[in-house]
Amino acid sequence: MVGKRSVGDHAFDIVNVLFLTAASFLFLFPVWFVAVSSLSSPAAVASGDVALWPKGFTWQAYELVLKDSRIWEAYANTLFYVGAGTLLNLIMTTLGAYPLSRRQLFGGSAIMAMIVFTMFFSGGLIPSYLNIRDLGLYNTRWVLIVPAAVSAFNLIVLRTFFQTIPESLIESAKIDGAQDIRVLWSVVLPLSKPGLAVMLLFYAVAHWNSWFSAMVYLQDRSLYPLQLVLREILIHAQTSELTANVPQQDVTQVSATIRYATIMIATLPILLLYPFLQKHFVKGVMIGALKE
Amino acid sequence: MNNVAGEKQADRSFFRIWKQARANRYLYLMLIPVVGYFLIFSYKPMYGAIIAFKDFNPYAGINGSDWVGLKHFRQFFESFYFGRLLRNTILLSVYSLAVIFPASIILALLLNEVRNKWFKSVVQTLSYLPYFISLIVICGMIVNFSGPDGILSKLLVSLGIIDAPVDFLSLSSWYRTIHVGSSLWQYVGWNSIIYLAALSGISPSLYEAAVMDGANRRHQLIHITLPGIKNTIVILLILNIGSLMDSNWEKILLLYSPSTYETADVISTYVYRRGVQEANYSFSAAIGLFNSIINFSLLVAANFWSRRLTSNSLW
Repeated sequence: MVGKRSVGDHAFDIVNVLFLTAASFLFLFPVWFVAVSSLSSPAAVASGDVALWPKGFTWQAYELVLKDSRIWEAYANTLFYVGAGTLLNLIMTTLGAYPLSRRQLFGGSAIMAMIVFTMFFSGGLIPSYLNIRDLGLYNTRWVLIVPAAVSAFNLIVLRTFFQTIPESLIESAKIDGAQDIRVLWSVVLPLSKPGLAVMLLFYAVAHWNSWFSAMVYLQDRSLYPLQLVLREILIHAQTSELTANVPQQDVTQVSATIRYATIMIATLPILLLYPFLQKHFVKGVMIGALKE
Repeated sequence: MNNVAGEKQADRSFFRIWKQARANRYLYLMLIPVVGYFLIFSYKPMYGAIIAFKDFNPYAGINGSDWVGLKHFRQFFESFYFGRLLRNTILLSVYSLAVIFPASIILALLLNEVRNKWFKSVVQTLSYLPYFISLIVICGMIVNFSGPDGILSKLLVSLGIIDAPVDFLSLSSWYRTIHVGSSLWQYVGWNSIIYLAALSGISPSLYEAAVMDGANRRHQLIHITLPGIKNTIVILLILNIGSLMDSNWEKILLLYSPSTYETADVISTYVYRRGVQEANYSFSAAIGLFNSIINFSLLVAANFWSRRLTSNSLW
């Protein structure tokens, strides 16, 4: 890393930079290709002329997708699941992580072990499925929120964050007569904003991406989150509702660009926020890594 | 005498714990919802897994159903699908592990050698990007790219690797390649973060001293860099082995079809079809329990061997 560099070192550096440049291109290309295809004419996409730049630029696919009420309804549902779900996540995770971060708590390590164990062993899909049905959560909005109220991994990350707060601060607040709940609210939480930001992101993205629970536990289409509607359009290629007014001979070609536009509409919020958020994510992973 | 003193001490320590617990009563109060959550949503289903040893009858409930011993396990082990499911589950995971695990370490090592901070952060940012795209969208892209008029067919035809456009997802011979290849794209950058964190923790003075002693970059890699991230590598390997039976089955559920069951159908997807779709609750609970137990045993075994061989372990 330091000192004089030989010819071999220079050669390595050049190859390394070239390799990483090529890798970066590969990381970006699929997303870029989808973006470019979604803005191209359906005929150009079908003939394979589109690669790096849009051909026959058109917003047609976006217009067709945005006319679909399924997408809007599902978008609204997802916003609810992300908002309400993440709020509950933050409350529950804080309530768990703070007491367990206090080293003098009798029984704390036993409770911690009980929580960690669930990361490595589960009763399986079917017992969980029957449990959810027994609890009356089946086909309700709450089924996407309550059974996902705490993630053991995130609880460990936040607990690690709380443990970095000096014990003396907490003790002195207690000597001043503050109870634990007050200490948490006015000493610990204000000092833990970066940790809470990481939690907010982890949970919000998990809710945004979640689809399996919705597929298994929801029957009403009006409750579907965005990802389930995307599954119909992208994986099962159910675009007939979108192409109702498209001439018959163009339907196949148009439904391809519709799928690309749908991907963009569903991913754009993440792509736009991504540059600002990724640093926090990386921080979260690193805190988790310390604990492991 | 001794006995009395012992009792007194026990008394005193019990009293101390009681006093502490009383002082911490609000902390215990805070824990109630979280402990309740794990009891209801994790431990209750673990108890519910006993239906694997019963013939579950929805009207009688879990406790009221009749015991049948190992009937469902035996049925599964003797079934035509058992060998295929076990093979697919293990192969998909092992292939993924064999490709993605070393690739993440290599990417981190290469990034670590980059001196230009700007270039490094651009490459890193792009490498995490796929991780943030939802699984459904990733699979949607795979479906579109690998169809008969998708970009993959066009590329391979123009390179002369295949003669005519192919619907890759309908061919069981291509499933593993597509599955592992797309997972590599999605996870390699993200997985490298943890190694980059470990690499940044290595003290620069070690490298300086090595250079003084005439070490070149290869020496530094072997004697400083790799030993510096060895612990991280071992721990992540244990964790990966502990989830070997999961094989990213949500992705399989989105990409497979009856024509690719031969290579794509794994234990978890089979549990989903037989249990959730066909309502064979006890039979699929047995398969799921089998899967969980193997998974957990693998973790315990990996942890045990790692502690003996490298003195690194999760617990």
